[in-house]
Amino acid sequence: MLALQILIDGFAISSLYALGATGFTLIFGVSGVLNLSHGAIMVVAAVIAWWVAEAFNTGPYLGAMAGVLASLACAFVTYRVIVRPIQDSRAIPREEKEIFVLTSTLLWGIMLQEAIAYLFTSNPKTVRPLIEGVVPILGVRTPLNEVLTAALSWAAIGLLYLLVNRTRTGKSLLAASMNPRGLTLLGFELSRIYVLVWAIYGVLAGIAGVLLGAFLGVSSDNAGLLTASAFSIVVLGGLGSVSGSLIAAYVVGYLETMTAYLVSPSIRTVPVLLLLVAVVYVRPQGLLGRR
Amino acid sequence: MMQRYRTALIVLPVLVILALLPLGVGGYILGLLTLGYYYAVFSMSWDLLFGFAGEVNFGPSFLIGVGAYAAALLNHYWEWPIPLCLAVGAVAAVLAGVALAVPALRLTGPYFGLVTLVAVLLLQNVLVLFAGVTGGEIGLDLPDVLSIDANTNYYYALVFMVISGGILFGLSRSPVGLILQASGQDAIEASALGFNVAKHKLTAFCISAFFSGLSGAMLVFYLGTASVGTVVDIAVGVNVIIAAVLGGRRTIIGAAVGAVFLIGAGEILRPLGQLSTFVVAAVALVVILFFPGGFMGRLLHAEGRE
Repeated sequence: MLALQILIDGFAISSLYALGATGFTLIFGVSGVLNLSHGAIMVVAAVIAWWVAEAFNTGPYLGAMAGVLASLACAFVTYRVIVRPIQDSRAIPREEKEIFVLTSTLLWGIMLQEAIAYLFTSNPKTVRPLIEGVVPILGVRTPLNEVLTAALSWAAIGLLYLLVNRTRTGKSLLAASMNPRGLTLLGFELSRIYVLVWAIYGVLAGIAGVLLGAFLGVSSDNAGLLTASAFSIVVLGGLGSVSGSLIAAYVVGYLETMTAYLVSPSIRTVPVLLLLVAVVYVRPQGLLGRR
Repeated sequence: MMQRYRTALIVLPVLVILALLPLGVGGYILGLLTLGYYYAVFSMSWDLLFGFAGEVNFGPSFLIGVGAYAAALLNHYWEWPIPLCLAVGAVAAVLAGVALAVPALRLTGPYFGLVTLVAVLLLQNVLVLFAGVTGGEIGLDLPDVLSIDANTNYYYALVFMVISGGILFGLSRSPVGLILQASGQDAIEASALGFNVAKHKLTAFCISAFFSGLSGAMLVFYLGTASVGTVVDIAVGVNVIIAAVLGGRRTIIGAAVGAVFLIGAGEILRPLGQLSTFVVAAVALVVILFFPGGFMGRLLHAEGRE
């Protein structure tokens, strides 16, 4: 019974982690940017979804859409106002661009987080689930929302897979991650590809944020931890490898759920951190990373 | 040589003014500056590691926290005298730094950053898990404090900052600093020239750990309490990094200026309530985007690197 419970809960939370980390790793894979405002953008999506649904009584669907739109807007600003100027800047030496992107996305994340805390307080908010009710799965009473979370996460990841592997635009994304210079020689505009990646990222982070808000509830204080967990999942899986991130998300999700159920919820993140350190030492490129 | 002369020309008058401050300023501002000076040492230590060795240490508060808690625990449970606690704190931070650095320096870029970040999270978890011993989130109160007099505390912090800053600055301008800088910019070429890159980076890490730990230990004896929120939390590390980049990386002095600015700005903006962090972050972001050299970049590197 407990095993089944862990299996089901773990699956839902892992799917959500997978979705959250996919966008993060996509950006890194294609444009080499580690976006440390990731957690804050997810929080923005969840809180806006909550606010629109509650304040205007629009129902959960419009709220969720507003949340995703807000995340899209944030992602766009992150790219246009912060990442792009740094990449284009001549005053910053090449080898230091990384630290500048890290520091400034971190600051931007703090700004978003504080703005949310100021406008909507830092109390935890639970987005009203898209569907209510409970369904028994193999005898475990599971909220329908949990099932929907897993299903929607996988639907979004599946769509991304189709987009990247089956369409011309998607293939250009893939090419940009392998050899950006080659792609420009073929007459593709790199900056347009980057805008597209950030748009995809915005949508993915938005969906992940809204689902997280409905599943576990979200407070602006979570932003840092959400970024850290996406960062760990992505490094565990191998930076830039989407399939690695998916596997890593499940490792992390299940390890956390098992620790929480079997040992104590208060140390749920500790085994993950230890595993992460061990993996990074033994295999710095992560589970499926290429160097 | 010209540059060193100019740096001294800027720094010395500022130090004289700072040393005379207690004559004309109240205890409140002195207390603020005292805190700022300890942060300044954190930031300068971080700058030595990042600006010169090129390693992005996301976990300065791991080293700070180890030093602070080692000193605090000894004082709380065994009532060791303060100087001994400070020494042990610094040594503990160096040992922790070596334990972290020896394996971690095999990694580069984001991987190194993540491992240092994870070290902070683990330390934080351990401190909270063993709350019975460490005081957990609430903190550990200390029987001894450096001083209860604001002026004395101010001078302790100022002298400590000047000495640490002097050593770190001297190091960064010494041949060792140049080798570090070379290893940070092109590790392969530096080792091809016959320099032991790993050894130099490890040395930089140890020095950075020593001053971070010592400053963390001094800070808890100034505050009279050691808590996760003041010396270990990721937010502490984030502030240290922001201060160093804001003040101008690779200048050491800039890091100190940035740290004092951050502490001061946070206090001046306190009436804004929750918005104060927002404004500080926004200002820092604008400086980083438009003046990537930071406050001191202009002053110290006026002839430019490009």
